[in-house]
Amino acid sequence: MYTFSSKLKSFSIILMALGLLGIGYGFFTAPKNIQEVEKILASESHGEHGEVKHEVTTDGAEAHELVASHKGVKESAETTEPNMVEESHDEVKGAVAATETHEGVVSHDQVKEAAEHEEHLTHVLHQLQNKPWAALYVACIFFMLITMGVLAFYAIQQVAQAGWSPVLFRVMQGITAYLPYGSVIFFIILILCGLHFNHLFIWLDPEVVAHDELIATKSGYLNFPFWIARAAIFLIGWNLYRYYSAKNCLAQDESNDDSFYKKNFNISAGFLVFFIVTESIMSWDWIMSIDPHWFSTLFGWYVLASFFVSGITMIAMVTVYLKSRGYLEHVNTSHIHDLAKFMFGFSIFWTYLWFSQFMLIWYANIPEEITYFITRIELYNLPFFGAVVMNFVFPILILINTDFKRITWILVMAGVVILAGHYIDFFNMIMPGTVGDRWFIGISEIASVLFFLGLFIFVVFTALAKSPLLPRRNPYIEESKHFHY
Amino acid sequence: MSNKVIYAIYNDDDILMDAVKQTRAAHHHIEEVFTPFPVHGLDKAMGLAPTRLAICSFIYGCIGISFATWMMNYIMIQDWPQDIGGKPSFSYIENMPAFVPIMFEMTVFFAAHLMVITFYMRSRLWPFKQAENPDVRTTDDHFLMEVAVHNNEEELVSFFKSTGAVEVKVIEKH
Repeated sequence: MYTFSSKLKSFSIILMALGLLGIGYGFFTAPKNIQEVEKILASESHGEHGEVKHEVTTDGAEAHELVASHKGVKESAETTEPNMVEESHDEVKGAVAATETHEGVVSHDQVKEAAEHEEHLTHVLHQLQNKPWAALYVACIFFMLITMGVLAFYAIQQVAQAGWSPVLFRVMQGITAYLPYGSVIFFIILILCGLHFNHLFIWLDPEVVAHDELIATKSGYLNFPFWIARAAIFLIGWNLYRYYSAKNCLAQDESNDDSFYKKNFNISAGFLVFFIVTESIMSWDWIMSIDPHWFSTLFGWYVLASFFVSGITMIAMVTVYLKSRGYLEHVNTSHIHDLAKFMFGFSIFWTYLWFSQFMLIWYANIPEEITYFITRIELYNLPFFGAVVMNFVFPILILINTDFKRITWILVMAGVVILAGHYIDFFNMIMPGTVGDRWFIGISEIASVLFFLGLFIFVVFTALAKSPLLPRRNPYIEESKHFHY
Repeated sequence: MSNKVIYAIYNDDDILMDAVKQTRAAHHHIEEVFTPFPVHGLDKAMGLAPTRLAICSFIYGCIGISFATWMMNYIMIQDWPQDIGGKPSFSYIENMPAFVPIMFEMTVFFAAHLMVITFYMRSRLWPFKQAENPDVRTTDDHFLMEVAVHNNEEELVSFFKSTGAVEVKVIEKH
């Protein structure tokens, strides 16, 4: 039996406390109204935003052109993210050449410009108000989906009747114990989105939908009651599998035959079918609908690859930790090696999907699709390409070596980079549609990760301490104990 | 000095493995072992050095990706940078996504083929090569261990008899 070390327990509690403080700070410092936004923008007046305002007040003619072009840009960028419009707004100023001036309508245009400016401020306000919410959302969905990756891996191991992994089943069950907690918090955040506490999902705002034909035509699918009902069904379905699978695994220990093992085999097969359908829909609902003008057919697979490799990495990390504390007697370097091979393989699988999605859209360059990547390349250049380095280049170079896959510190290093890389991957998926160019990995983002990491450690290791770390009567347990590669 | 060798023939891979371990323990130098199929752990038991083919393959892959990059940079960017369907050909990186499928395939192609050729060279395999099996049964159901004799013929024969060999032959090798 594992005992939750008091050091690790207090460490996780400190993480949660620090995280909560930081999350609170993030919400507290978010601007409340457009006056505060104006102040923030004024303090950045050396930058672009201040200049725009300055020109507006001094040169009416130029302001008129600015408005005209701004309008034009807005129409052409109808399918883009709101923050793209803002980008263009700033660029327009420099690009405009004097073509026509209507002195008579200058004052009228100034009024119009004032309205535009107001709109711009409201837009920035929404982005800044979204920032702590988006930080919370990314961290929450990331940790919840890691447990889903572990759960899917676990189900596959059951159905594939893998001979090597039964010694790790209790580790996997321990990690998935986070799922109920993660899903409850996540579901609450979804409900808060629906109650208009934030603007994470712009299609949840009836005002936006009324003026946006593209979103309006999707409202048969993207409407709050249907959306939240789907989320409830998915989360309940996944949690039910987790609960019964862990329960049957423990019951199998005390049993005289293999009936519970067979039961687990059947529900795992059923779960995998349910999972692949719900996973796909989940990725549209919870991630892709943040950019409701954009769609991609392989998005579900891409999200799956991202959290699946994170899940496997998390299994390896927890296994290595428990092994180093002397709790996993029958886990040898061959088991670790197998996990490392999965980390390696699925890192490449993620890259394959990342590149396929990127390259197909880049190559065809259709305006309504490409805006997704233009936003990311222009505003999120380092995180966007940094994720590829962390999730592909680093693991492929470090984990390609057979000997390295058995060396603990190399594995831990690779695992930390992979987990951080996939956090950034989720960051890249969610942030551009919610905070646009106002992104920063600051207190809100780090604190949210710390909070969920603390909760994760606390829940997982509490769960690990509740049942023996070796399944006793699994039909493959002997083979697994003597697994050697 | 004669070139005598002992052929100890076995009909079971487990017995062969035990015999190899005993032979190593008795410090007789094993010249060669012939088996009809791969016997797991035989290389370890014989104390053979691990293969470096994978390292070769990695290097070949690096050569492949370098070649692909050089080739497409020269053709598409340096030599004749045409505008083909609006693809930006001002620099390699700008048009890189379009080159990745070729870079990938070339990496795999070089890594795979050159590794296979290396394997053939190192194991001296080619068409019309004279087969080297000392006993035709070793390709079907028998295992053969070859050990050199150094004026200790009697001792060796009795040693291999005791390891469960179904047949022990002393052969003059030319």
